[in-house]
Amino acid sequence: MSLQSLDIKARSATTSPPPGARRTLEVAKLIDVSRCIGCKACQAACMEWNDLREEVGENHGFYTNPADLSDQSWTLMRFYEEQIEGSLQWLILKDGCLHCADPGCLKACPAPGAILQYSNGLVDFQQEFCIGCGYCSTGCPFNIPRYSKKDQKAYKCTLCSDRVSVGLEPACIKTCPTQALSFGSKEDMLNQAEHRLVDLRERGFARAAVYDPAGVGGTHVIFVLPHGDRPEAYGLPRDPKVSPAVELWRGWFAKSLGVFTMFAVFVAGIFHYMKVGPLEVKEDEDKEARP
Amino acid sequence: MTERAYDLTSRPRYEDDPNLILRYTHAARLTHWAVAVAYVLLFFSGLALFHPYFYWLSFLYGGGAFMRALHPFLGVSLAILFFAYAARIWRDNLFLPNDTLWLRRVIDVMNKRAEIPVEGKYNAGQKLMFWSMVLCILCLLGSGLVMWRPYFAPSFAASARRVAAVVHASIAFVMFVGIGVHVYAAYWTKGAIRAMTRGYVTRAWARFHHPGWYHEAAERTPRPGKGEVA
Repeated sequence: MSLQSLDIKARSATTSPPPGARRTLEVAKLIDVSRCIGCKACQAACMEWNDLREEVGENHGFYTNPADLSDQSWTLMRFYEEQIEGSLQWLILKDGCLHCADPGCLKACPAPGAILQYSNGLVDFQQEFCIGCGYCSTGCPFNIPRYSKKDQKAYKCTLCSDRVSVGLEPACIKTCPTQALSFGSKEDMLNQAEHRLVDLRERGFARAAVYDPAGVGGTHVIFVLPHGDRPEAYGLPRDPKVSPAVELWRGWFAKSLGVFTMFAVFVAGIFHYMKVGPLEVKEDEDKEARP
Repeated sequence: MTERAYDLTSRPRYEDDPNLILRYTHAARLTHWAVAVAYVLLFFSGLALFHPYFYWLSFLYGGGAFMRALHPFLGVSLAILFFAYAARIWRDNLFLPNDTLWLRRVIDVMNKRAEIPVEGKYNAGQKLMFWSMVLCILCLLGSGLVMWRPYFAPSFAASARRVAAVVHASIAFVMFVGIGVHVYAAYWTKGAIRAMTRGYVTRAWARFHHPGWYHEAAERTPRPGKGEVA
């Protein structure tokens, strides 16, 4: 059931306009990678608040644990060892949904109301309407949605839409011990990120940058990356955008062309029949008709 | 009341009519209609997934989730049935010299201004339809497998699934146009639907629409009781 039913900005597979009487403050989560120590408290808090339990897995030889996002793990600390400017860097990224302003998942979803975008910017899956087609992961430029093998529904970070709707900060923010995570209005978070950049540049991270990719209209989870010139080193795409194939496939042009084609076939058939009439063979004229 | 069964074996059967000639066997007709049913179910479910205006069609299948799960199984069933059918009729669909004339004068044929003597069992339009369906179904099957969750989709990259989705949707509409023409042509050509339902056409119909095939078929099943055949 969607929370904040008055504050829906976009609804999957819905052509009528969403309720627009009220606009809420656009919010964002700021992930300051330079402050993150990789303690995984956010992972634990996410599982705790959302009441999820990942199965105990295997050691794959690196710190990332579990090995990937899943229906039980909506956020995941990913650890990368990268050679940057001649030295080994241990990069840690809290991976999860970025809550795009222009969400590819929502665009691709064929089930009405299975994906909602709230006016505060949160993108939320409504599993009760999910049909398990996987189009959301086809649409997502960040490879975020994960499917439950048990119920064939898609899951991902909700940005704790239930908590945010009642004025609380997301569980991961609340638990972060180093203030690497902050939550507030998008404007405030961008200001805070700019301050962090000044600090980081003073400390020698000349290429520090904010990751708020414009290709997807900006995101509601933004990062401060010390090596901002190399988002790929953190596993983030350099210039993410909803693929042109998805835009074409789910866009108004293809849909309109499809419907037009359908009606054109019906109309053409009816017109032809009315003008030309049926092609009949009279039982006694066939000898003459065919020399 | 006494138990009594009326014996109908002595009554003349439909297919005993000497004016009729067999065009489609039981197996061919049953396969054709199985493919047709699968196609209709695939079309409605595909349409529901393609455009939100038609999502209500998902209720025909007991809701979106079941429809989504069913669609690929229907697709594979259609492909198997179609290719089983195609394996039997592809030879009759090879293009013959006279087919170019038919295609050149298709507008005249459509307007009943000309009838081009057809050499084989199918005219050039039917052959074109056959080969475009072979192509469409191969494309739909291939692209559908790439998108098939939970079985195959996870082993393909998102970029591959994106291309597959575009191909699947575009080819589905090409196929819809093809099927539309096919259904209309069958309705327009009186006697054609009966050929695919009951299996038989009149000799006059066969002589008019498919003279080449008629001469072959008539040799195999000569008209009885007219004195032509001893």
